[in-house]
Amino acid sequence: MVWAGIKDPALQPIYDKVAAGARLNRQDGCTLFETPDLLGVGRLAQTVRERLHGRKAYYIYNQHINYSNICVNGCKFCAFGRKAGEPGAYEMSLPEIFEKVEARAHEPITEIHIVGGCHPDLPLVYYLDMLRGIKARRPEVHLQAFTAVEVAHLAQKAEMSVPDTLAALKEAGLGSLPGGGAEVFSPRVRQSLCPEKLSPEGWIEVAQMAHRLDLNTNATMLYGHLETVAERVDHLVRLREAQDETGGFLAFIPLAFHPANTGLSDLAGPSAIDDLKTLAISRLMLDNFPHIKAFWVMLGPKLSQISLCFGVDDVDGTVMEERITHMAGAQTPQGLTRAQLQALIREAGCEPVERDTLYRVIDA
Amino acid sequence: MNGPDNGLPEKLAAGARLDASESCRLWDLDLLTLGAAADQARRRLNPGNRVTFVIDRNINYTNICTSGCRFCAFYRPPGAADGYVLDWEALAAKLTELKAHGGSGVLLQGGLNPDLNLAYYLELVHFIRGFGLAVHGFSPPEIFYMAGQNHLSLADLLRRLMAAGLSSIPGGGAEILVDRVRQQISPHKCTSSQWLEVMAAAHRAGLKTSATMMFGHLETREERIMHLFKIRDLQDDTGGFTAFIPWTYQPGGTHLKGEALGAVEYLKTLAISRLVLDNVPHLQVSWVTQGPKVAQVALKFGADDFGSTMLEENVVAATGVGFRLTRQEIDTLIRQCGYKPRLRDHRYNLAVSSEQ
Repeated sequence: MVWAGIKDPALQPIYDKVAAGARLNRQDGCTLFETPDLLGVGRLAQTVRERLHGRKAYYIYNQHINYSNICVNGCKFCAFGRKAGEPGAYEMSLPEIFEKVEARAHEPITEIHIVGGCHPDLPLVYYLDMLRGIKARRPEVHLQAFTAVEVAHLAQKAEMSVPDTLAALKEAGLGSLPGGGAEVFSPRVRQSLCPEKLSPEGWIEVAQMAHRLDLNTNATMLYGHLETVAERVDHLVRLREAQDETGGFLAFIPLAFHPANTGLSDLAGPSAIDDLKTLAISRLMLDNFPHIKAFWVMLGPKLSQISLCFGVDDVDGTVMEERITHMAGAQTPQGLTRAQLQALIREAGCEPVERDTLYRVIDA
Repeated sequence: MNGPDNGLPEKLAAGARLDASESCRLWDLDLLTLGAAADQARRRLNPGNRVTFVIDRNINYTNICTSGCRFCAFYRPPGAADGYVLDWEALAAKLTELKAHGGSGVLLQGGLNPDLNLAYYLELVHFIRGFGLAVHGFSPPEIFYMAGQNHLSLADLLRRLMAAGLSSIPGGGAEILVDRVRQQISPHKCTSSQWLEVMAAAHRAGLKTSATMMFGHLETREERIMHLFKIRDLQDDTGGFTAFIPWTYQPGGTHLKGEALGAVEYLKTLAISRLVLDNVPHLQVSWVTQGPKVAQVALKFGADDFGSTMLEENVVAATGVGFRLTRQEIDTLIRQCGYKPRLRDHRYNLAVSSEQ
């Protein structure tokens, strides 16, 4: 067993299931989180990763736009959100956003990733015009915009149903939804960290409505704060059940909690062992999710590279300007070049594949 | 499993000594396989869940150096406007601060400075010892240079430094112990056999030393293995090495330039070091070059030592890589991974009554 890289005998039954391609249950999930055998968990996840993707590792040439940090939610784990009028609060006008898009018009960007807060005043037309204006400037670019939380907020402000809101956004150029705002589904944790935020049921509902409108979405989990192992596993199982129903999730992205400048700055944040385990266990539990992504802005390029040997098949993209994690003290660079991403992937023993949002291969 | 077989799996499982060709074949194994084997070797040499570290600071008494190594962003040539030799007052302040932080010793290194004489070095060691701090000082290139400048044999020089209070010798300046590489990156530094000669003399004089390897520049993977074998062979003779510390070349601000090596190659090299160096007790992570998170992962790839608090570090910092950690942060980083932090001194003796 040691040579196979699995030392903890408690992992044997899970190994058997993984070898047989069988689904893991909640208890398996907890066992995986509790074992000290990090490399054993990694080996199991690699079995699945290699079955699905071989040695391929994906990246995307993308641009991030965080249009505003003004947010009514006030989540404790967030260093980005500000109330309107608070120092550091900002919102970009549409011309400012278009300027950012135009500034990079010469680059082979295939996706623009747009996320902000739940703004108290901006009307739906701001969002629709944003999408239309970007599309007019770069029609070929896929717009991955607005988390389920923002979409539900927009719908409520506009006094429209979520499906009608999504349809209007889609009409204006929305291509898919990012996976943010899921946090941890546990009501216990949310009660103390983000009581104002869209409920887990609401989050899943928006994602599933998007899927029914033929919009793909991603999913995330913010971990490493107050949640228990069982609560993490529950989060994964609920996502798996939702995916069984609608099948529209593309990638799962575990997000490591960054404590600096948040309401939880006394916490240490997750260890690297926890980061790698969480990624690997996500690969194992989410058997119906095509991709597991390490968001290098949060994990750092080094740990993201290591994660490619722990079940991960996607490292996100070039990014260039990201505010949410950097305001929480992330020391990572603002962007990586295509060559840097390719080298990072190759050095991990994988084959770099540039993709678009829908994981179609781009000839880079 | 992954990679070629040829009996290597059995040898690794049994913890048997690897020959050069087997060691070179380790590169073909995947990261997780290497990690699992290295972790087993670590547990054989260092059973239990202890991870050690030392409270110290790196004091660089001078940055003036005639060596002019192409990978170094720290040195200044003699006569440069920003060259320095630390004055006694500044040194005393650093030592007082270190004492206040509970430090047990100083990592003392500088450059090959033609204006400093033996009396200075002896006074320097004596001065630091006066603060009740151990002196883990002078890498082999410095010792070799000092011996030459002062027309002393290595044994005589070491005897005098020990009499002044030198406690142990850091393993710096090893870079890659292959002269093909040294010729290109540090032509004016002592050769690999001279480096080993200093260490052999130190061990015979009763001084413990560490050993380092700076990799990820012009060397091949095979040359890294050659480096490990030179350390292992000397260790078979003298047994004086306490720990091995591999770290990656940081290109910022250097003449050599290039790209820094990634974390996967670092972990593979670390694990292979653990597997090849079956006779060196400890393996140290390099958080100063890898950052705290990769350092945590490194504990699963054979490392059992977290290095030091480095209240002060100037050499790596000169390349623009600026990771800093406090004692408390190191303690937390170790605990978070399920290990027990223990303070040690520079000779790898555990601190008495350290209840952390």
